[in-house]
Amino acid sequence: MMLDIKNLHVKLEEEDKVILKGVNLTVEAGKVHAIMGPNGSGKSTLSYVLAGRDGYEVTDGSASLSGADILDMEPEERASEGLFLAFQYPVEIPGVGNMTFLRTAVNAQRKARGEEELTAGEFLKVVREKAKSLKIDADMLKRPVNVGFSGGEKKRNEILQMAMLEPKMCILDETDSGLDVDAMKLVSEGVNALRDEGRAFLVITHYQRLLDHIKPDVVHIMANGRIVKTGGPELALEVEQNGYADILAEVA
Amino acid sequence: MVSVKAKKLAPTDGMLSRHAAAPSASGWADAARASARARLSTVGAPQRRDEYWSFTNPTGFVSNEPAVSTPLAADEAASFADADALVLTFVDGVFDPAQSGDLAGEGLEIQTLADALSTDIHWAKDVFGVLEEAGQNPVPRELTMLNTAVATEGFVLRATQVVARPVRFNYVQTSATSDAVMRNLVKVDAGASLTILESGTIAARCNTVFEIDIADDGALHHVRTQGRDHDRQVFTAMFARLGARSTYKSFTLAMNGVLTRNEQVVEFTGDDAAAHVAGTCMGEGDFHNDDTVFVTHDAVNCESRQVFKKVLKSGATGVFQGKILVKKGAQKTDGYQISQGLLLDDEVNFLAKPELEIYADDVICSHGSTSGGLDETGLFYLLSRGVPRAAAQNMLVIAFMDEAVQEIADEAIADDVRGRIAGWLDRHSAG
Ligand SMILES: Nc1ncnc2c1ncn2[C@@H]1O[C@H](COP(=O)(O)OP(=O)(O)OP(=O)(O)O)[C@@H](O)[C@H]1O
Ligand SMILES: [Mg+2]
Repeated sequence: MMLDIKNLHVKLEEEDKVILKGVNLTVEAGKVHAIMGPNGSGKSTLSYVLAGRDGYEVTDGSASLSGADILDMEPEERASEGLFLAFQYPVEIPGVGNMTFLRTAVNAQRKARGEEELTAGEFLKVVREKAKSLKIDADMLKRPVNVGFSGGEKKRNEILQMAMLEPKMCILDETDSGLDVDAMKLVSEGVNALRDEGRAFLVITHYQRLLDHIKPDVVHIMANGRIVKTGGPELALEVEQNGYADILAEVA
Repeated sequence: MVSVKAKKLAPTDGMLSRHAAAPSASGWADAARASARARLSTVGAPQRRDEYWSFTNPTGFVSNEPAVSTPLAADEAASFADADALVLTFVDGVFDPAQSGDLAGEGLEIQTLADALSTDIHWAKDVFGVLEEAGQNPVPRELTMLNTAVATEGFVLRATQVVARPVRFNYVQTSATSDAVMRNLVKVDAGASLTILESGTIAARCNTVFEIDIADDGALHHVRTQGRDHDRQVFTAMFARLGARSTYKSFTLAMNGVLTRNEQVVEFTGDDAAAHVAGTCMGEGDFHNDDTVFVTHDAVNCESRQVFKKVLKSGATGVFQGKILVKKGAQKTDGYQISQGLLLDDEVNFLAKPELEIYADDVICSHGSTSGGLDETGLFYLLSRGVPRAAAQNMLVIAFMDEAVQEIADEAIADDVRGRIAGWLDRHSAG
């Protein structure tokens, strides 16, 4: 199993607010799973907890990546174990060039895995090629990380990072938000190009639109901190047409 | 504010005794020096209990003890060494013609201070000690009076047109007890412009003053890196007077340093002008870095901007005292001021005193001061990409400082400054 989440309970560290109330979810290698669900149901929280963000406390349950328990790992260890989160709101880092950042990340991960680091020349060659297919120009590569990028450019930059880091488990949190139709195609093509037997995706989205491009194998509905329903691609269509009311009523 | 109790004057002989009296020059220069000496004797030496020195202990500047700072090995090239510039090298605060370029430049008139002050009729008469004296209100800046009284080293520069080639003051310290006083006078003619760069540690202890007079439509760009020797003591003051539609931009990078006080005294005298003063510093342990800025708006529609960012670690202290004074009639003033401390642990101090004093009604003035640790969201973002924690923290330090570095107009110069910062961080993470 690529990703195996069992009975995950999570509360905020600073206050007594419980957000995840027993999430069960398994994602097999080679598959694309989608998570949909109303605002505030805990989708981003799940992705943050998996990636190791501070501020949350796991009170029960477990999460493992390829059999390794990840919840005790530092975020950077999880990354080199192959976990990647494309942020709902990518962060701006002034003064740090996109290329410098990417190369530091790629080589740190390679080093952590005991692989040879890429030379500047090797890195440049790969990054140029991947950037091109995402229509990220040389200027964007040179600019500080995400600074002055439009919403869509930030999302494309997330996919570029994913393409460079070649993770095993990719979590995409609302990567479609803020994208125009063309950018949505670009981003989806970027994701589809990475689809592979050894790689899995967990795609968080509100809209069927993205799933027209990135065809999911499994669709989950999250509500109030739990996965309340799991089905095939038709589940996303049902949400698109009828909203969540029926599904929520059915499982209540 | 105004103390009614008569202040007991602190003796000035300690700081005066460290420096030889300036040799007799022309009548006007001698008069300016004598006036400064007399003014100094009426205000006394700076002392800790002065409000103007409440965050920074001036003892090191005032003492007659020698200041000791063993120069660091020159293991990196001077800042801006790549820029095509007229290089003026000073060794321990003394001009060294052998290591300097020819004293000439297109659109540039340049003389040593000694030569200019010995000339009977010279424009310097209207600047030397004049801007300094005008800047003594509302607080006396004693160390600048001392500078006028005793300085013999430095340059007198005049831009008569757009000067393409920057002038770079290249400081080299060789003596562990060097004690330098430097004075530079700068005049930018109407429509002319000049870039001044400074790099390196001047001396174990230094007192450097610039008086800068910018005529209408003139521009002066000033960027300096102040070295990274730990024990050096640095006092600098820049007095700038701005004509209509003129521009003054000054940026300072300071790394390490047991005692640094950088003052900026800016006055708008003509309408529609702009002044940007910015700086960033970082230090750990026995580090004290003070920026004291006073901007006076006495003209219409001028813009002033102050951006200061201080990175502080294990025992370091950062100080910012910044004031914007908008005089009656200085309508349409746009004044902005931000000072921020990045506190890398709990053992540090960031002391900020932002002040606005406004006597005009149609102005936009804002000021802010914040201090806090590294940005948690940014840190998580970088870690989640597999960037190791130390490298991620360094990237966020760079991100913090860069908001000041961005104030530098010239990209190549800004990149040089960025290179210094990255180098410092590399050394400090390794060590
Ligand atoms: N750090 C936090 N402090 C306070 N509340 C939080 C925090 N993190 C999450 N929450 C709350 O937890 C709930 C789940 O939030 P989360 O962002 O995971 O929802 P989501 O499903 O991603 O929603 P959306 O579809 O709007 O992105 C919300 O009620 C949110 O306000
Ligand atoms: Mg969300």
